[in-house]
Amino acid sequence: MTAVQAAAGPSAPPWFWAIAGMRRALALGAFLALAAFILGPLLTLLVWAFAGAWLFPNLLPEFSLTWWSYVLGNADVVKAIRMSLLTAPVATAASAVICIPAAYAFARLEFPGRRLLLLSFLSANAFPKIGLYVSIATLFYRLDLMDTFAGVVLVQMINTLLFLIWIPTGTFRGINRTLEEAARDAGAGPLRTFFQITLPIALPGLIVAAMFAFLAAFDEAQGTLIVGTPNHITMPVMMYTLVLSYPQPVGAVFSVLLSLPSLAFLLLAQRYLRAGYLAAGYSL
Amino acid sequence: MAGLSLVRVVKRFGTHAAVHEVSLEVRDGELMCLLGPSGCGKTTTLRMIGGFLAPDAGDIRIDDRSVLALPPERRPTAMVFQRFNLWPHMTVAANIAFGLKLRRLSPDAIDRKIRDVLALVGLPGSAGKSPHQLSGGEQQRVAVARALVLEPQILLLDEPFSNLDARLRVHMREEVKQLQRKIGITTVFVTHDQEEALTIADRIAVMNGGVLQQVDTPAALYGRPRTLFVADFIGTMNLFPASALPAGEGIAAGPWRLSVPGARWPEGAEVTVAVRPEDLIVTPDGGAATVRRVVNLGHYLQVLLECPGAGLLRMFTEKSAPFTEGQALRLGIVRALAFHDAEVVEIGGPMRPSLAARDRGAGRPDAP
Repeated sequence: MTAVQAAAGPSAPPWFWAIAGMRRALALGAFLALAAFILGPLLTLLVWAFAGAWLFPNLLPEFSLTWWSYVLGNADVVKAIRMSLLTAPVATAASAVICIPAAYAFARLEFPGRRLLLLSFLSANAFPKIGLYVSIATLFYRLDLMDTFAGVVLVQMINTLLFLIWIPTGTFRGINRTLEEAARDAGAGPLRTFFQITLPIALPGLIVAAMFAFLAAFDEAQGTLIVGTPNHITMPVMMYTLVLSYPQPVGAVFSVLLSLPSLAFLLLAQRYLRAGYLAAGYSL
Repeated sequence: MAGLSLVRVVKRFGTHAAVHEVSLEVRDGELMCLLGPSGCGKTTTLRMIGGFLAPDAGDIRIDDRSVLALPPERRPTAMVFQRFNLWPHMTVAANIAFGLKLRRLSPDAIDRKIRDVLALVGLPGSAGKSPHQLSGGEQQRVAVARALVLEPQILLLDEPFSNLDARLRVHMREEVKQLQRKIGITTVFVTHDQEEALTIADRIAVMNGGVLQQVDTPAALYGRPRTLFVADFIGTMNLFPASALPAGEGIAAGPWRLSVPGARWPEGAEVTVAVRPEDLIVTPDGGAATVRRVVNLGHYLQVLLECPGAGLLRMFTEKSAPFTEGQALRLGIVRALAFHDAEVVEIGGPMRPSLAARDRGAGRPDAP
């Protein structure tokens, strides 16, 4: 008797089992709706990117790579890709050099105005960006930074600050201070402790922050458009031109190109976030 | 190996004195426990010894040399922290090797030391494991190994086993005690668990509110607490109020009249009487009490008694003793301590309500 009851598992009211099928159907429906919502636009994009002729009765267009060769054969496009792949990493790296020590200070030191300063990094995102960029442009004119590589990098860095301050601050805070103290106790000075203990433990969090920052810099369009034209055009800026003046598939092809870094980082992030020592570093 | 001495050490956080004028001598090879409730300043004291906090006043001397000017990495101390504190991105071997590499030992010597110290803490063969592959107890063993391998003069342990389950905690503290005896290292052990302190310490320093209350062997601390706080904190203690009778008459405590040898307290002075549960006996000429509850604690009985004027009292007796709840009986005191202001007087010998006042000289004065 008891064995039979045990085999039946945790007891639930009968109505719970009666609507089991309905619950499952609801869950499946919700899942499909979410999948369509997320993947639908991406699928449309892919279809357009590989579309040749698309005539009325056909549900799908002819498969074709013509637009790809058209886009990649365009010298301006290739130049923009090169510019993007140069500015975004430089902006991320420069920002990291400035922000990560600052984040460590935010996490470890108590100084007056700490919270206010930490919040101030939100200010770049708190106002309409375009107004900010226009005033930056007037400043850059005076500093001779308009239409320069440095100017574009600086504008892109504005978008990376938030990620490279806030995420690393949280990461450093999550690292138990006694881990550092144990290293000091074992004979390591403050610098060695930071580079051999704190930094490696924080690395997964810092990598995630750098990925977000890279994507923010890579996708930056408005500021780069204002500061970088005419000679320093990046991919998102190019996108404006392509969408406005070329057939739809060109925009689709370029969108796919633009989303490649995000995709690559997604896979990378997954790899790093799964590493066992991340969990160990935070939970202990 | 070396002795450690704290000289009138003070640490303030804001206006709050976390540690107030603590002076403590830890002898060479001794295991000293810092014991007290949370927030009593024991961990602050330990962190000052390790160099993680700078005292606001006073001196810390190791081997008779002040170490105040030294940062933690230059002090001859090694600390085992409260929480599992191995570096998660390194293997067990790398954790242990970290300090050795800084001391520029040859790879061979490092390998040998890792093997030796892991054998010492009972974890041979775990050198290649990651910290998260180890259980909590194993992690703390590695932490102890990591500290010991540097051959410090002073070993500091900050509640190292508080995160382990009760059974493992008992096991680990025995191991640490044996290890400490074996290598004879001067050790300061912080704990809030008095049982832990009483079982492993050579001497215990009881702290409360940043003030050092008493430094003594476990037996002395249990038998002759010098302050009311220690009396209440160490072991189980019955405390009840009493008042002084006219000079020479002793004190009136509940149903008892106790003679207090050597005490000259003004009449009506408020006194607190402290009696261990094992110092209560059933005696025909004792004070009246009623049994409220009988709890079988395995090898002995804990009897909760209501005693008019003294409140609820706890008595420990052997298991065979016949008690029933609601039973009326007469209770005597074998031994007690009387506290008045900063003064404590030991009251010895069987106390009887009628005889107590005449029973002079049975007790031994114990001036604070």
